[in-house]
Amino acid sequence: MVKRIVSGAHYGLKDWLIQRVTAVVMAFYSLFLIGFFLTQPLTYASWNSLFYSLPVRLASLLFLFSVLIHAWVGMRDIFMDYIHPTFIRLTLHVAVILALMAYAAWAVQILWSVQ
Amino acid sequence: MKFSIYRYNPETDTKPYMQDYELDIEPEGKMLLDAILLLKEQDETLSVRRSCREGVCGSDGMNINGRNGLACVTPLRDLKQPVELRPLPGLPVIRDLIVDMSQFFKHYRSVKPYLINADPEPEIERLQSPEDRAELDGLYECILCACCSTSCPSFWWNPDKFVGPAGLLQSYRFINDSRDQATNERLDDLEDPYRLFRCHSIMNCVEVCPKGLNPTRAIGKIKELLVKRTV
Repeated sequence: MVKRIVSGAHYGLKDWLIQRVTAVVMAFYSLFLIGFFLTQPLTYASWNSLFYSLPVRLASLLFLFSVLIHAWVGMRDIFMDYIHPTFIRLTLHVAVILALMAYAAWAVQILWSVQ
Repeated sequence: MKFSIYRYNPETDTKPYMQDYELDIEPEGKMLLDAILLLKEQDETLSVRRSCREGVCGSDGMNINGRNGLACVTPLRDLKQPVELRPLPGLPVIRDLIVDMSQFFKHYRSVKPYLINADPEPEIERLQSPEDRAELDGLYECILCACCSTSCPSFWWNPDKFVGPAGLLQSYRFINDSRDQATNERLDDLEDPYRLFRCHSIMNCVEVCPKGLNPTRAIGKIKELLVKRTV
């Protein structure tokens, strides 16, 4: 490729990039969980102790936020492709954002309820 | 050979329909366009665009057994019968296999498909090193047949806003031309959730391009440059 000095960005790139980054986060977390399933006994005690540790809670939270942000970009993309009337699209956007925020709060509540 | 061809004449038909044709032809060594021209002798109302008949002009793009391609470079013997011919999807049909390409060319024009260079014009020509010239390989060969853009779901859903694989390939052709000086303006123009980012890397464009080009790769390179100038 020809060398270019490039600067001065607007909109669209960030969402595309964030979707890629969150996908990587989800992939690592999934590998970690698969590793857990393959190496540890599947009992209530092992599952409970896994999610009792703070690093795992934080990683899970990071994973969940990644899922939610990834889902937001994906849902927005689907709406841009298929839903053309502005009012319906805006309504759906708001509905999805509110739902994802509720999921985020719910996820925190679940993760920190592990005793 | 058996053919089933999409027919629509807006002056007489209320709805498009499929018409069956039979043709006595030896498929070996012949192209689909040869058969279509013989069918047109049988039924002169059958309308189709064609010009160079050798895959250079890009006039006879159509949907052949569900896949976009140029009739003139599609070997007849490889086709499953009845050969189903339809106009390129996603564009308005003018008549039979002829589509209105205005939208397609509008997007093409929107990427300013010409060299932008403010330097004084040299006496002979703007020189390029062989390496810089090689950067244009796989980009300049596009014949604008619209097979790629009309096979792209993103183009079907947002034909008015998404530039489409053909336009984006052409845009990158000038972004990646060492003689062009408007890279930033070109990137500014493309950095848009519609114009560029409707591409979801479905790669139908790569699959159907009769010239074997790779618009998805070019789009990836544009995104790469956008990332580069942002971070």
